[in-house]
Amino acid sequence: MSSEWPLWEIFIRSQHGLAHKHVGSLHAADPAMAIKNARDVYTRRNEGVSIWAVRSSDIAASSPGDKEALFEPANSKVYRHPTFFPMPDEVKHL
Amino acid sequence: MSPVSDRALFDALLRLADSPLVLAQRLGAWVGKGPILEEDLALTNVGLDLLGQARLWFAYAGEVEARYAGEGRDEDQLAYLRDGNAFRNLLLVEQPNGNFADTMARQFLFDAWHELALSELARSRDARIAEIAAKSAKEVAYHVERSADWVIRLGDGTPESHAKMQAAIEALWMYTGEMFVAGANESSLAEAGIVADVRALATPWRKHVGAVLAEATLAVPADVHMQNGGKEGVHTEHLGYVLAEMQFLQRAYPNALW
Repeated sequence: MSSEWPLWEIFIRSQHGLAHKHVGSLHAADPAMAIKNARDVYTRRNEGVSIWAVRSSDIAASSPGDKEALFEPANSKVYRHPTFFPMPDEVKHL
Repeated sequence: MSPVSDRALFDALLRLADSPLVLAQRLGAWVGKGPILEEDLALTNVGLDLLGQARLWFAYAGEVEARYAGEGRDEDQLAYLRDGNAFRNLLLVEQPNGNFADTMARQFLFDAWHELALSELARSRDARIAEIAAKSAKEVAYHVERSADWVIRLGDGTPESHAKMQAAIEALWMYTGEMFVAGANESSLAEAGIVADVRALATPWRKHVGAVLAEATLAVPADVHMQNGGKEGVHTEHLGYVLAEMQFLQRAYPNALW
């Protein structure tokens, strides 16, 4: 067993209606400590309404080297981008 | 309701202000020395919460002082220009940081009392006291959750962490009795519903602390002779060192400002 505490990725939802956003990572021995540490490390300015902590090792991640295979085919398909609709200024968070 | 002496109220406010102030100064000494980065931040966050609370109490104390002395001192004068025997903090909070277990044991024993005291003070007939206490109570609810968590983790951890936490609790126990002894002129204020009757906090405190120690597989220390005096300005030798560091700048360079 490693003597280092495992790494956790921290996600904070800043207000109701918004998605949790990744804010960074930290070390903690277990989920409860991860939440407490996240509170102290990342929410000192009244940022959030809720915190998610996820073990970094539990995240399945793509490699930046696979970027082209994953994302480039979308470049030539301009019709997939919703850029042709006028947006009213009052609508936020869309 | 009997008229409340402003002088007694001022003393009571200093008792409320000085404990968080001295503990904040102690916690500040952990900056850059926490066992891990996350804990370094957490300890100093708690310290800053306590410092903010002390400032609110000092501001009100200065106003009350002005009512009977003609002029009241501001928060800096109260924090930086009083000598040790004018400090009214609990002996518990001036005890040295020691190791991490010593710091967290001191924190938990204080937090558990602080939470109870503030919840009583939030019902004070003095609107200002009630307001400051209600604001502080939200912060302290988190402090006690955190410090209790560490007492349990270390107590119920490895043989070494258990031994250190048990030793810390034993060493600090004699400073816990003072939290439940009314200071001079405090009883009349408590009867008037202005401050908390600290004597009534002993039973719920023992229950809470007993439950956390049990979960931490730690033994509640045997009854010992309890040290008193902090609330009347009679301190252990440690306070002088705390103040020497905290007050140095204002003493050496009077009226220095940022």
